[in-house]
Amino acid sequence: MASIKLTNLWKHYGDVQAVRGINLDIGHNEFVALVGPSGCGKTTTLRMIAGLEDITGGEIEIGENVVNEVPPKDRDIAMVFQNYALYPHMSVYQNMSFGLKIRKTPKEEIDKRVQMAAEILNISELLERRPAQLSGGQRQRVAMGRAIVRDPVVFLFDEPLSNLDAKLRVQMRTEIKKIHQRVQTTVVYVTHDQVEAMTLADRIVVMNEGVIEQVGTPNEMYSSPKTHFVASFIGSPSMNFMNCQLAKTAGGLAVRLSDDLSLPVPEDRTARYAPYADKEMTFGIRPEHVTEKRPHANGAQQDIDANVNVLEPMGVDTMVFFNLGPTEICARAEPTSVSEVGETMGFTVSMDKMHLIDPSTGAVV
Amino acid sequence: MSSNEMTGMTTSSGEALQENRVPIWRLRKAAANYIALIPYLAFALFPFYIIAITSIKSKQEINNLGESPFWASGIAVENYTFLYTNTSFFEHWMVNTLIVTTVSTIISVTVGILAAYALARLKFRGVEMFGVAVFITYLVPQTLLFLPLVDVINLIDDFIPIRDTYWSLILTYPTFLIPFVTWLLMGYFRTIPVEVEECAYLDGCSRLGALFKVVLPMAIPGIICAILFSYTLSWNEFLYSLVFIQDEYAKTLSVGVFTELIRGDIYFWGSLMAACLLGTLPIVILYGFLMDYYTSGLTQGAIK
Ligand SMILES: Nc1ncnc2c1ncn2[C@@H]1O[C@H](COP(=O)(O)OP(=O)(O)O)[C@@H](O)[C@H]1O
Ligand SMILES: [Mg+2]
Repeated sequence: MASIKLTNLWKHYGDVQAVRGINLDIGHNEFVALVGPSGCGKTTTLRMIAGLEDITGGEIEIGENVVNEVPPKDRDIAMVFQNYALYPHMSVYQNMSFGLKIRKTPKEEIDKRVQMAAEILNISELLERRPAQLSGGQRQRVAMGRAIVRDPVVFLFDEPLSNLDAKLRVQMRTEIKKIHQRVQTTVVYVTHDQVEAMTLADRIVVMNEGVIEQVGTPNEMYSSPKTHFVASFIGSPSMNFMNCQLAKTAGGLAVRLSDDLSLPVPEDRTARYAPYADKEMTFGIRPEHVTEKRPHANGAQQDIDANVNVLEPMGVDTMVFFNLGPTEICARAEPTSVSEVGETMGFTVSMDKMHLIDPSTGAVV
Repeated sequence: MSSNEMTGMTTSSGEALQENRVPIWRLRKAAANYIALIPYLAFALFPFYIIAITSIKSKQEINNLGESPFWASGIAVENYTFLYTNTSFFEHWMVNTLIVTTVSTIISVTVGILAAYALARLKFRGVEMFGVAVFITYLVPQTLLFLPLVDVINLIDDFIPIRDTYWSLILTYPTFLIPFVTWLLMGYFRTIPVEVEECAYLDGCSRLGALFKVVLPMAIPGIICAILFSYTLSWNEFLYSLVFIQDEYAKTLSVGVFTELIRGDIYFWGSLMAACLLGTLPIVILYGFLMDYYTSGLTQGAIK
């Protein structure tokens, strides 16, 4: 139970700059997800918070205290490693009680806490087993149980679900959320899976190449990404991007995708985009905002026709790939309304959901 | 028809067995595996057999060329009693060897564990070089290394009398045991996932605490292996023992047997064989005790 504050945090491994000056405030009992592609410095950041990695520059505060010089054993942090890192020579019970025993907790207290954590995680009947006798999912639970019993000030997770199969992963995701609701603690959760981050976290931190791209709630990240990277990283399937020219028209502005295809910019965005008129820009739109032809909800919708290239049925929706100007994009349509491959189909583009990116800076304008 | 009913009920054990019969090809495969072992066993165990059979023959039987060398006509204990009454075999050589072997193994494995752990985990500059250097020390032949060691022992002897005592061996055996043990354990420590150790730090252990409570228990098979090899190497050591010790009472088994049971061209064959057999027994017993630990995979289940 503590807040965490990272100030201008740097980490070099020789010539490699793994973390390049990140600033982050994590609130008391907040669940924060660090998400980003592999190699972007998530694990390194987490390990610096835990004290397992020396800090090249900057400051880490945990609950008002600067902990740069505090060894891991005195930080009162529990971490769930990607590969679980159970003690193979100890039973599940011993694995879970080890940290408490080291800290000289009374025996009855240890027993009470282990039993309770085992109950939360549904592993009460496994307490006498060795890690080698457990399945992957069970080991995962033990690793979490070992963290829970400690009742630490901060929980760190490093891609805890990445070694589980898809079904178990979804199930454990829900359980982690439940556990956090029950065991209120500050959590920093590292993942490369944006769905995990979206579903679990109070706030998401998107990292790329050692820097933070954006921090925000899951909804903010989805609806108003600040950079091209965040726009492409959050959301599944990911956003469509097209090169375009922002053309001036009689009524205002239009996104010009090719000589014979222009989509007018909604009126309420005209002022915002005006400085970029006549410039080469990147137009971004999510698949769910390009649908089969629908009645218009407001003046911002635009209808277009195109030939269907590929269909990918997903049950609830069907993903339709077609060419918009020179680029192939993906639309999300009602399964009953799609045409056959090669045939023409009508689409409705919700231009009020569009994003415009300045390619020279990568910023969403 | 009645047999049909019987199979339906599977009450007769004979029939149940018939259904579960091992297929011929599986038996053949097993037989092939055993046959493949025969040449190995012949080479490994035949000398041992000759030693055992010769040690229970009387002097007359050994010297009688008409008798088969592969079989004994009876069991004679005279070779064993000869060892007891006429040599220092039990009283000194065995005891000396046990002391030297045990103490130098304890020293070497302790020092080796610490060195190997440091080389496997700590990231100081030149750690790679150091690892290679350890290996090279191990490669320097003993037959060369004993020359400077004689000098060293003589030097120490000027202050503390260790020449002609087993202390000279306890001091010199670790020179070849420590590099070996370090090199062996270094590889083993590297296979222990570093996250498990880090988890121990987060659980509140100091570096030393993590070493004793987590790393060493996980390294038990490696440590047992180091103990076994170190014990065997010093038990069988011959050269240093021959060079540093002349006093009959201070000798170890390997040298005592060699110098006292072979006089010029006279070989006390029976007693020699009896001594060889008795000399291997402690090692065999040690292996028997430790083999179970050695083969059990203790690091299983740590990760994933
Ligand atoms: N011990 C190390 N030595 C050298 N480079 C490292 C080390 N650990 C990580 N790196 C580098 O730092 C960068 C960030 O790594 P990491 O934090 O593990 O990424 P992530 O967890 O986001 O996938 C990568 O380029 C990686 O190669
Ligand atoms: Mg990582």
